[in-house]
Amino acid sequence: MSQATIWAAMLGMGLISLSLRSSFLLLPERVRMPALLRRALRFVPAAVLTAIYAPELMVQSGTIDFSIDNARLLAGLAAIAVAWRLRRTFLTILVGMLALHLFGAMIGR
Amino acid sequence: MDAQALADFRAGARASAPVLLGVFPFGVVTGVAMVAGGIPPLEAILMSFIAFAGASQLAATQLLGAAAPVAVILVTAFFINLRFVMYSASMRTFLAGLPLRWRLGLGYILSDNAYALCITRYTQHPEDGNRHWYFLGAALPIWAAWQVATILGVVAGTSVPAAWKLDFAAPLAFIAMSVPLLRDRAMVAAALAAGITVVLAYALPMRLGLVLAAVAGILAGLLVETRTGKPA
Repeated sequence: MSQATIWAAMLGMGLISLSLRSSFLLLPERVRMPALLRRALRFVPAAVLTAIYAPELMVQSGTIDFSIDNARLLAGLAAIAVAWRLRRTFLTILVGMLALHLFGAMIGR
Repeated sequence: MDAQALADFRAGARASAPVLLGVFPFGVVTGVAMVAGGIPPLEAILMSFIAFAGASQLAATQLLGAAAPVAVILVTAFFINLRFVMYSASMRTFLAGLPLRWRLGLGYILSDNAYALCITRYTQHPEDGNRHWYFLGAALPIWAAWQVATILGVVAGTSVPAAWKLDFAAPLAFIAMSVPLLRDRAMVAAALAAGITVVLAYALPMRLGLVLAAVAGILAGLLVETRTGKPA
């Protein structure tokens, strides 16, 4: 990754982050949020966050890999189970990392 | 700052204390994952100060590693941070009439946790006079804890061997953030639709599948919510 790309991403992210966070604190009082937008916004975090991690589990070296040899998929499923049952951030990450090494050692890669 | 403002600031800071225990490890993980994902240490720390957005920082790391163009990274950051539009809309009636520097400053340090603390306080104590001082008191320690934790993570990350596979901490962090959100059918539908779409669309250039997946997820969520007739 090039230095210029990192800097462009960094500055752009800062601008986007600040504008969205302050959005309605800066807009005039008469600007209201449409009802449909409010309903749609509720689904944004779940949809986007899932779309970010799903390929990390299911796509290995450019191809979709649903096999039992995919340690990242198995470790991810273990982490999903922990997050679902216990809703604990750090525990989820810890179990996922341990599972990755455990399955990796079992599969032998 | 008068005595009342100081008292409100302190009340916010007290309320933020238990939250810091959750923010800190997440900040460390983010710092480690950014460096493990190939962001140079200085840029990783700067990104944390400029963007102050854990999920976007991790997403940017993964996308930069996958050689995605800047535009895709920015669209992703836009989607990840859209929830703050919701937060700011629900808080502004409580913060009416503040000077611009306050509104921008509070916007910059707004975080998920700070929002949760403030909106709870504002609805339970409508008599509060210095709501912005409570906001500052609650949000500033969270911001500071995040920055310190990220720096520690970046420093630790530079000396961690690649064999530890700590780059995997990034997808795990996303699992930890998103799975607890799946509390109703519509939310599960949104996540499943987005996950399936992004994998099926993986061959699309420039990671455009991510944007497609976000749209598919939102539509699926709205559809199921309309059918089950349980809008939140």
